[in-house]
Amino acid sequence: MDPTLKIVIVDENPVRAAILEDGLRESGHAQVVRIDDMSHLLARIYAIDPDVILIDLENPSRDVLEQMFQVSRAVKRPVAMFVDQSDAASIEAAVDAGVSAYIVGNLQKDRIKSILDLCISRFNAFSRLQNELERTRSALEERKVIDRAKGVLMKMKNLSEEQAYALLRKTAMNENKKIAEVAQSVITAAELFK
Amino acid sequence: MTDMNMNTKLRIGFIPLCDAAALIVAVDKELVSAEGLDIELVREVSWSNVRDKLNIGLFDAAHLIAPVAIASSLGLGHVKVPIVAPFGLGVNGNAITVSPELYAALAAAADGDITDPMVSARALARVVAERKAKSREPLTFGMTFPFSTHNYHLRFWMAAGGVDPDEDVRMIVLPPPYMVESLANKHVDGFCVGAPWNSVAVDLGIGYILHFVSEILLRAAEKVLAVRASWAAEHPDVLRRLVRAHGLAAAFVEDPANRDEVAAILSAPNRIGASAEVIRRTLDGRLKVTPDGKLRSSDRYLMFGRKGAGRPDPAHAAWLYAQMVRWGQAPYSTEMLATAKSVFRPDLYDAALPREASNMAGEPVDGIGAFTGPPFDSNDIERYLAASKVRR
Repeated sequence: MDPTLKIVIVDENPVRAAILEDGLRESGHAQVVRIDDMSHLLARIYAIDPDVILIDLENPSRDVLEQMFQVSRAVKRPVAMFVDQSDAASIEAAVDAGVSAYIVGNLQKDRIKSILDLCISRFNAFSRLQNELERTRSALEERKVIDRAKGVLMKMKNLSEEQAYALLRKTAMNENKKIAEVAQSVITAAELFK
Repeated sequence: MTDMNMNTKLRIGFIPLCDAAALIVAVDKELVSAEGLDIELVREVSWSNVRDKLNIGLFDAAHLIAPVAIASSLGLGHVKVPIVAPFGLGVNGNAITVSPELYAALAAAADGDITDPMVSARALARVVAERKAKSREPLTFGMTFPFSTHNYHLRFWMAAGGVDPDEDVRMIVLPPPYMVESLANKHVDGFCVGAPWNSVAVDLGIGYILHFVSEILLRAAEKVLAVRASWAAEHPDVLRRLVRAHGLAAAFVEDPANRDEVAAILSAPNRIGASAEVIRRTLDGRLKVTPDGKLRSSDRYLMFGRKGAGRPDPAHAAWLYAQMVRWGQAPYSTEMLATAKSVFRPDLYDAALPREASNMAGEPVDGIGAFTGPPFDSNDIERYLAASKVRR
């Protein structure tokens, strides 16, 4: 690892940026700067003068970075996309993970290959985490819907809680639906009959 | 033999702009299904993403800004991947919008009708000189990408008045959704962007539409349907079906009787996500240009299928390459000119759609129809550029 490299992370998602920054620091990169405000982005990058810029692909400001490729007075050092034709696998892995890397100056590619690899694995870890959260959230939502439907059935049909749940379950099995779907129909119907 | 299969699956990337209309309508009105294509539209946030995903094969095709297709084929600024454009998604459609302060300054400095681009460009030169004399910060203009029509259209206009876009003002890249906010917080003094963003700025009372780009160039290729050259060669039948669906969709969009339906389709949150009313104004070419409600109409504002707009014209590709040379983005060579022209493929259009020569009546002879300068000659861009006083 190379503690002298200055790395900028451009990401509006603070959690993901923090996960990535942690990973970079753990692997010995002391100079990591996060940018989460996209106004005056280029001016800020020029002021920091980094060696490597990492940006998430959901960020419209990626097009702003492309301006660095243009020869101008503001750009003191040449900028390149980290990946080129010779790295088809790397570029696919990076795009798939949702991240893009730019190198400034004439860095040797092998010096930052490990950075990109780390970036890809942290981005992938983040989206797994997000998917899990999403699943948990929808499971919680389903629980709430089922509880409400049970309440409706208990009141309207004078059932115990277990009987109400058993009825939902049996109906779901008969109609080949998820319990949450049947529960939602019960709630909708109850609203209509109010 | 995928070409023979019905229900060929394709992924196509687009940026939420009105000139994606033919693509979106082709998919949402199921014109592509009728051609046996099953298309997943993927909304993207940056041209860099669209370019990279097309280049590496994550997209089979894309709604792409024409100069990016050419830059990619020439290997400018990025990796070299040959791209071809078998269908033009839009001719014209951009506009130049300025802040109320700059509009007032231009109006005060104008020696004639400010809707005349030569008058406004000369007025800009005076405003620029005055700011310089007072040691004020240079004016800043936003455009969407280094290799963008917006960049070239702004430069073409201001250079005609004697303003050097690299020395006298600042040109910065801004993603279209950030344009309006940047004008509001005075980060930029003006911008060139496609619909619906100019209208959004006017509606908010923070921008004046100074020019439709069709006042600067009668015909300017804007977005194209782009595919990798290798993909086009491997899937001629799929491509033909895709182009056919686009031709039908463009005709549907052009029919005034369909405009409400088209505006409703485009306004969906997963498509353009802007109000149907604003989109409708774009389709009609009848825009509110000042916050107090002054209207300007043009039947050339944004052209989809009419006047041959769908058929790619290699002269347009040559004009865009000439701008890259003019502004120092590309060296000049006859090989590069030939490569640029070969990106636009009228032959692929003709293989799929009937050609209506009659509707080209009255169109500019050089294919461009610029408001100033010599007629464009796509075979001799060196001589054409020699007439430009301001250039790199």
